[in-house]
Amino acid sequence: MPERWETVIGLEVHVELSTKSKIFCGCSTAFGGSPNTHCCPVCMGLPGTLPVLNQKVLEYAVRAGLALHCTIDRETRFDRKNYFYPDLPKAYQISQLYRPIARNGYVDIGGKRIRIHEMHMEEDAGKLIHSDYGHETYPDYNRAGVPLLEIVSEPDFRDGAEVVAYLEKIRSLFTYLGISDCKMQEGSMRADVNLSVRRVGDTEYGTRTETKNINSLRAIEHAIESERSRQIHILSGGGAVVQETRHWNDDTKSSTAMRSKENAPDYRYFPEPDLPVIHISEDFLQTARDSLPEFAEARQARFVSEYGIPEKDAARLTVRRETAELFEAVVSHGAEARDAANWLIVHVPHVLKTLSENVEDVTPDAAELAELIRSTEGGTVSRADGLQVLEALLSAERPFRVADYIREHGMSVENDESALEDVIRRVIEANPKAVGEYHSGKTKAIGFLIGQAMKELKGKSTPAAVHERMEAALK
Amino acid sequence: MDILDLTAVELGERIRKRELSAPEALEAVYGAFRARGRNLNAYAAFEIDPARTAAERAQALLDRGEAVSVLAGVPVGIKDNISVRNCLTTCASKILRDYRAPFDASAVRKLRDAGVVPAGTLNMDEFAMGSTSETSCYGPVRNPWNTGHVPGGSSGGAAAAVAARECVCALGSDTGGSVRQPSSYCGVTGFKPSYGRVSRYGLVAYGSSLDQIGPLARDVRDCAALLDIIAGPDSMDATSVPFPDSGFLDALSGDIRGLRVGVPEECFGDGVEEDVRRCVEAFLDELKRAGAVLVPLRLPFIRYAVPVYYILATAEASSNLSRFDGVKYGLRAEHYNTMEELYTRSRSEGFGKEVQKRILLGTFVLSSGYYDAYYNKALKMKQMIVDGFAEAFGRCDVISLPVSPTTAPALGSSLSDPLKMYLSDIFTVPANLAGLPGLSVPCGFDRRGLPVGAQLLGAVGADSTVLNVGYAYQLATDWHKRRPRDSEEVSGNA
Repeated sequence: MPERWETVIGLEVHVELSTKSKIFCGCSTAFGGSPNTHCCPVCMGLPGTLPVLNQKVLEYAVRAGLALHCTIDRETRFDRKNYFYPDLPKAYQISQLYRPIARNGYVDIGGKRIRIHEMHMEEDAGKLIHSDYGHETYPDYNRAGVPLLEIVSEPDFRDGAEVVAYLEKIRSLFTYLGISDCKMQEGSMRADVNLSVRRVGDTEYGTRTETKNINSLRAIEHAIESERSRQIHILSGGGAVVQETRHWNDDTKSSTAMRSKENAPDYRYFPEPDLPVIHISEDFLQTARDSLPEFAEARQARFVSEYGIPEKDAARLTVRRETAELFEAVVSHGAEARDAANWLIVHVPHVLKTLSENVEDVTPDAAELAELIRSTEGGTVSRADGLQVLEALLSAERPFRVADYIREHGMSVENDESALEDVIRRVIEANPKAVGEYHSGKTKAIGFLIGQAMKELKGKSTPAAVHERMEAALK
Repeated sequence: MDILDLTAVELGERIRKRELSAPEALEAVYGAFRARGRNLNAYAAFEIDPARTAAERAQALLDRGEAVSVLAGVPVGIKDNISVRNCLTTCASKILRDYRAPFDASAVRKLRDAGVVPAGTLNMDEFAMGSTSETSCYGPVRNPWNTGHVPGGSSGGAAAAVAARECVCALGSDTGGSVRQPSSYCGVTGFKPSYGRVSRYGLVAYGSSLDQIGPLARDVRDCAALLDIIAGPDSMDATSVPFPDSGFLDALSGDIRGLRVGVPEECFGDGVEEDVRRCVEAFLDELKRAGAVLVPLRLPFIRYAVPVYYILATAEASSNLSRFDGVKYGLRAEHYNTMEELYTRSRSEGFGKEVQKRILLGTFVLSSGYYDAYYNKALKMKQMIVDGFAEAFGRCDVISLPVSPTTAPALGSSLSDPLKMYLSDIFTVPANLAGLPGLSVPCGFDRRGLPVGAQLLGAVGADSTVLNVGYAYQLATDWHKRRPRDSEEVSGNA
C-alpha cells in the first residue's frame, strides 16, 4: 500500500499599502513613472537623511491587524534588517522584528481557521533593471520606501486550495478596508510559501523549504503541487529534504534552489535608532475599530436575509466593497433587489467588457442606474435599448440623465403605440405567404413575422409586446 | 581691530551696526584660512563661491532689515559631516571624497534662515570616529597650542580653527565627546545639547542614538547664540524633541547662587593627570566663590560607560555606514568582477583603518549568537546609566567633572594604543549615553602649556542651566580669552 503524505504549508504574504506617499518620506507611491523620478534624498538613503513615519501607514496597519483579529502592540517599534543588495539604498531595510504592530490573529476560510503569527510594517526595496545588451544593471528606486505589510501565518494550510482561499480572504478584507488593491500580477500582493511534507500520522513537522517569486493564484497552486511532489519523491526514495530557499519559475512550472540554510544571511536585526517607539493610544485604537467596515461575509449574509436574493448572488455582489455598496444604493433608489443583483452581476460586467473597462475604474451613479433598471424591467424600455442606455451611462464622462437619454433617442415603448400598430400592419401586408401559412395552422410562422417587425422597430419594443399585437392583428 | 579676535556675538553686533559687512567678515575668515590653513590642517575644504553667495544673501537680508538674529552675517565653519547644499560633505573619508550633499542639514538651513553664513568645512576624524583628528583622509589636524600635539577629536578641525582664529565659531558633532573633548584640548568652549535638542537631519550618522550637533566657540555666549538658532524640533527628524525652553542667550544671567554642583568622586581619582585635577578643582573653587554649593556624588556606573558606548556606537555605525557601498555615490573600486567584489573592494579602498575596525566590531556585536551577550546587555546598561543620572540629578542641578583625564596627547601616540584612546573617553561618553547636555569650558593649562577643560553636565533638557554655570565661570575668569601664539612660532617653522 502506498504511503500517504500530508502537506504542511505556512505563508508569508506581502501587501503593498495604497497610501499616496511612501512610508518614511513624502514621495509618491504611484506605480510606473520613469526610473528614479519618485525619489528624494530620504528614500535614496543619502548620507544624513532620516526616516519619519507616515501616520497613514500606521493607521492602515492597525486597521489591517484588527481585521485579521490580531492583538495590536501598544508599544510597537521598527528594527533594521541589514543586508547588501543594490536595490536597497541604505543597505538595510526598516522593518519590524522584535515588536511587530500585530500578533496572534486568525482568518477563517470556509470552516477552517488559519492562525496569524504576526503582521508587521516595512519598506519595499527598489528594483534592478538589467540591460538587454551588455552586462549593466540599473537600479530604480521609485518603489524603494513604498509601505508594505507582511503577514506571517502559522503552518496551518494542508493544500493549495486553502492557500488560495486565504489569499482571497485577505484580498477581500484589505480591499474592503481600502488599504491595498492586492493585485498579485502587479506585485501589490506577493506570497512566499513555506512547505514541508510528513507521513500521515506523524506529529513532527518535516524539513521545510521556502519558495519565492510566485506571482499569481494559479502559480501558487502549481508551486505548491510541484514542491509537494518534489519533497515526497525525495523522502520516498529515502533522501532528506534540504532546508533552503527556492525560486519559482512560472514558465517551466518548476523551482530551483536559491540558497541553503547554511548560506542564509545574518540580518543583524537591531532596533531602528532613528524612529522612536510608537505608543498607540486607546483613542487611536478605538477610532480604528470604529472605522472597520462591514466585511464581505457579514454583508453577504445580510443581503440574503434583508433583500431575499440568492446566496450565490449575494456572494458575487460582495466580492468588492464598491459593488456591494452600489447594489444597496441602487435598491434604495427604487430598483427591485433581484433586478439590481442581476444587472450588477450580468449586464454591468458584460457591457464594461465590451467597453474594455475595468470594473474597478467605473462606478455609475446609483440613482441613474436604478432608473434604468426600473424602466427596462418595467417594460417601458426594451431590453436592447436598456443595454444601449447602460453602455452610454457607463461610458459617460459628464453627469448622465437616463430619462433624458431615453427621450432624446425615442426609446420609450409607450410613446410608440401607434408606430407599433403601423409596423405590424405593414409587415402583415408585405408577407402574405407567412400570413397564409399561419392561418393554415403553421403557427410557427408568427416567429418570422415578429422578427420582421422587430427589425423595423429597431428594438423600440419588446418581443412580448410585438407578439401580443401580432397575434391580435392576425385574428 | 582684527575681525577674527571678535567673538561671534560681538561680530554680529558690528555687522548689525553696519561697522562691518557680512562679505567683509567672510573674507577675513577666508584670508585666515588661506594664510595659515595649511599649517593646522583645520579645514577639509573652503569653497569660497557658495560662501560668498551666502554672505551676499545675508547682507541683503540685513539691508532689508529681515535678518533679526544676533549672528546675522557671521561666518560659521561647518564640520565636514554636516550637509551643506551643493558643497563637499565628505566626513573626511576617501569613500565620500567627491560627494556633494544635494540638501542642507536642518541646522545649516536654520543658520541660513538666520542670516548666518556657512563658511568652509572643517577637518575631523573619518566619519567622526576618533579622539585625535588623525584618521582624516586629509591628514591629521594639529593643535594650535602645540603643533606637535593633536587637537582632540573628532571635531578637531573645528576646535583648532576656533582656537587659532581661523574661524569665528563652528558647528561640530558629538557622539561620545567629539565637541567637548577637542574644545578642551584646544582651549575653546564647546557644547553638546540634550539629545533631540538639535535636529540630526543632514548630519551623516555615526551612532544615531548618541549623535548631536553642537557649537564650538570662543565662549559660552557664542555657544548659546548658536544654539538659539539651530535648536528646536524638526519634522525631518523623528528623534528631535520639542523641549519647552528656548532663548539660551537671553537666559544667561551669571547668577548661580545656591546652585548645587555635584562632584563625582570617581572622576577625580586615579588615571586623571595631576594638572587636569588641579585645574578642574580650581574651577570648582571658582563656582563656589560665585555662590554655588558643591555636593559630593558617587557615580559608580560611570566605569561601564566606555564599553557600553563602544558596543552601541559601533553597532549603529556598522549599519549606518553600510550605505557607502560604491553603488550610488562616492568611491567605487575600479576593478571588480562580481557584485560581491564591487562591495568589498569599494569599502576596503574607501574606508580607513579605524573606521573598518569599528564597522567590524559593530558587525560582530550584532551578529546572531552575540546580540544578547553584547548589544542587548549594553542597551540594558545604558538604561542603568540613564537611571543613575536621573537619580543623581535629584541631588544636584549640574555635575562637574574633567572633560578628559589628560591634556592633548602628542601626534601619533594614540592610534598605536587604541584601547588607551578609547578609555580616555570615559568622562565624555556618559552624557551621550544618557542624552544629557554637556559643556566644556577652558579652565587652565598643564605645565606644558596645553589647555585643560572642565565639563558641566545637566539633566535632560537643562541645557540653559548648564550654559549659565559656564557663563558665570567665564564672567569670573579669562581662560577662555587666552589665545595660542601663532602656530608658526610654536612649531618653529615659517
